[in-house]
Amino acid sequence: MMNFRDHPKAHWCGIGLIAVALIILPFVLASAGTAWVRVMNLAILYIMLSLGLNIVVGFAGLLDLGYIAFYAVGAYTYALLASPHFGLHLPFWVILPIGGLVAALFGILLGAPTLKLRGDYLAIVTLGFGEIVRIFLNNLSTPINITNGPQGISRIDPFSFGSFSFAKPESILGLAFSGPIKYYYLLLVVVIAVIFINLRLQNSRIGRAWEAIREDEVAARAMGIDTTRIKLLAFAMGASFGGVAGGMFSAIQGFISPESFVLVESVMVLSMVILGGMGNIWGVVLGAVLLSFIPSFLRYTVGPLQMWLFGHMVIEPEVIRMLVFGFVLVLVMVLRPGGIWPSAVRRRELAPSEDGARG
Amino acid sequence: MDIFIQQLINGITVGAVYAMVALGYTMVFGIIQLINVAHGDVVMFGAMVAFSIIHALSGAGLPPLFVVTIATACAIPVCMLLGFAMERVAYRPLRNAPRLASLITAIGVSIILQHFALIIWSRNPLAFPQIIAVESFHIGEATITNVQLGMIGISTLIMTGLALLVYRTRLGAAMRATAQNAPIAGLMGIDANHVIAMTFVIGAGLAAIAGVMVANYYGIAHYTMGANLGLKAFCAAVLGGIGNLPGAMLGGVLLGVVEALGAGYIGDLTNNVFGSNYQDVFAFIVLILVLVFRPSGLLGERVGDRA
Repeated sequence: MMNFRDHPKAHWCGIGLIAVALIILPFVLASAGTAWVRVMNLAILYIMLSLGLNIVVGFAGLLDLGYIAFYAVGAYTYALLASPHFGLHLPFWVILPIGGLVAALFGILLGAPTLKLRGDYLAIVTLGFGEIVRIFLNNLSTPINITNGPQGISRIDPFSFGSFSFAKPESILGLAFSGPIKYYYLLLVVVIAVIFINLRLQNSRIGRAWEAIREDEVAARAMGIDTTRIKLLAFAMGASFGGVAGGMFSAIQGFISPESFVLVESVMVLSMVILGGMGNIWGVVLGAVLLSFIPSFLRYTVGPLQMWLFGHMVIEPEVIRMLVFGFVLVLVMVLRPGGIWPSAVRRRELAPSEDGARG
Repeated sequence: MDIFIQQLINGITVGAVYAMVALGYTMVFGIIQLINVAHGDVVMFGAMVAFSIIHALSGAGLPPLFVVTIATACAIPVCMLLGFAMERVAYRPLRNAPRLASLITAIGVSIILQHFALIIWSRNPLAFPQIIAVESFHIGEATITNVQLGMIGISTLIMTGLALLVYRTRLGAAMRATAQNAPIAGLMGIDANHVIAMTFVIGAGLAAIAGVMVANYYGIAHYTMGANLGLKAFCAAVLGGIGNLPGAMLGGVLLGVVEALGAGYIGDLTNNVFGSNYQDVFAFIVLILVLVFRPSGLLGERVGDRA
């Protein structure tokens, strides 16, 4: 890869081009149908989720298989504080941080008793934790109706500043801004902030501590790193990103139910992180974008193709999507353990892998 | 008291199945330190294959017990093949990779198996044909059915057989040696690849039988049934001390009993704030408690932190 840092002009030109592309992207997508803008918005949410999970899995090396629980916590926090369910309608800039905090709290709640465990035990406990959260969401409708059970919560408030609502279409300067397009810009700002925070975190004292723990926990402790605290911090920070993403998901969808937070979703986010390259922020972003476009891509290709070949649907696109996720996990691990865009550290580690010296 | 005995019977029945599945986890973990998350889905395949066979033979007028035996006899080799293929294709290339890598692969395998099952057997829950006539026997006010007795009896027999295999045969000795120290076992002329493959195959065979039993007991088979069952069996294996065969058996039965009693009494204990719909939570609570307070499990010897 060319080093753009040696060419400041080229560097800034590149950034400018990408910025322009990102700004006009929703209009290009909208010309193909508003559905595509929605898919893009969902992709951005998945980028946020993957980056959150990347902190836990990629940076700190703690495999979390119940990550979607934090997304659920954030989503339900938003839904409960901004819907007719409790009659509360707090503004979104108040709730999103609360959602992040509550999710972080759940992260600590999960982390505190389990962090002493070895990596693979931790993975299974987190898997169980994710299931427990879902079971509670499903059942906490009695005796006090908190989550409204399997029916979920509907009519959740969209984001709004005063009279400016993100859900209503509007025309500004002669351009038609539909609801999803407005959300797109908001999400874009948030995701850029999240990426920025992640980049700064990675090279910070904390980020290096995480990496040290991932590579060798005993050595890290010997170097004076408070491993328990730093690992808890990874859980809390990863969870808080999930919580914020969940809040936004809640507002954009307007309806949530426990069905949106099943184990398969955790696996999906994990696949994104793995495919992109654990520990590499840009790789994770790439993985999230690629895999979140797969369902729509399959719907428009495999579906019609089967109709044309067999006259009816043999395998639903939804099933193929899950098979893709499964094969991504297996094939990436067997063939290219660093992902399609491995992090620098991992690339160094994997370089001498011919003689089996893998970290 | 009658509820207690009844739930105890139900718990031991389900626990016997957990124990059979837990053995698969524990044997694989003991030998290559891999949590084979996809093991639960092998159980599901066993149930599904048996479903198809029973369905196909149901009109032939054969004696029910014979049909179920044939179905199980077909499910076992299918699952064994699955276990073998899984090890060969997905896990063997990663034998020396970091542990998380093979765990992630196992999750992938699990997802793949589930969705292949979905394609073959549809996404709807299948009503498992209840061809064995249920007879009840009374113990005080509690009842035990012939199916429950059969399940407990068969699993006891099979687990005894497994124990004999592991502790009394050459293959068993090779398995134990490989589990203790694979390189040294290799120097003694043991083919580690063969032993590990056999471990997967034996575990898958047990899984097939467990699958038929559990599907027949609950009367239902579904492509996701393996995930939850597998997770619980894993909890059972950890409870007993992972890597330890008697531990898995004990853990399975104990977990089944804890779950059944928990589901039976949680309503009374919490004034009906929580009901038996929280049954699935118990296994995880047990798992977390064991891991926090006694990570080596009930029967496991203390192993140092190998991470």
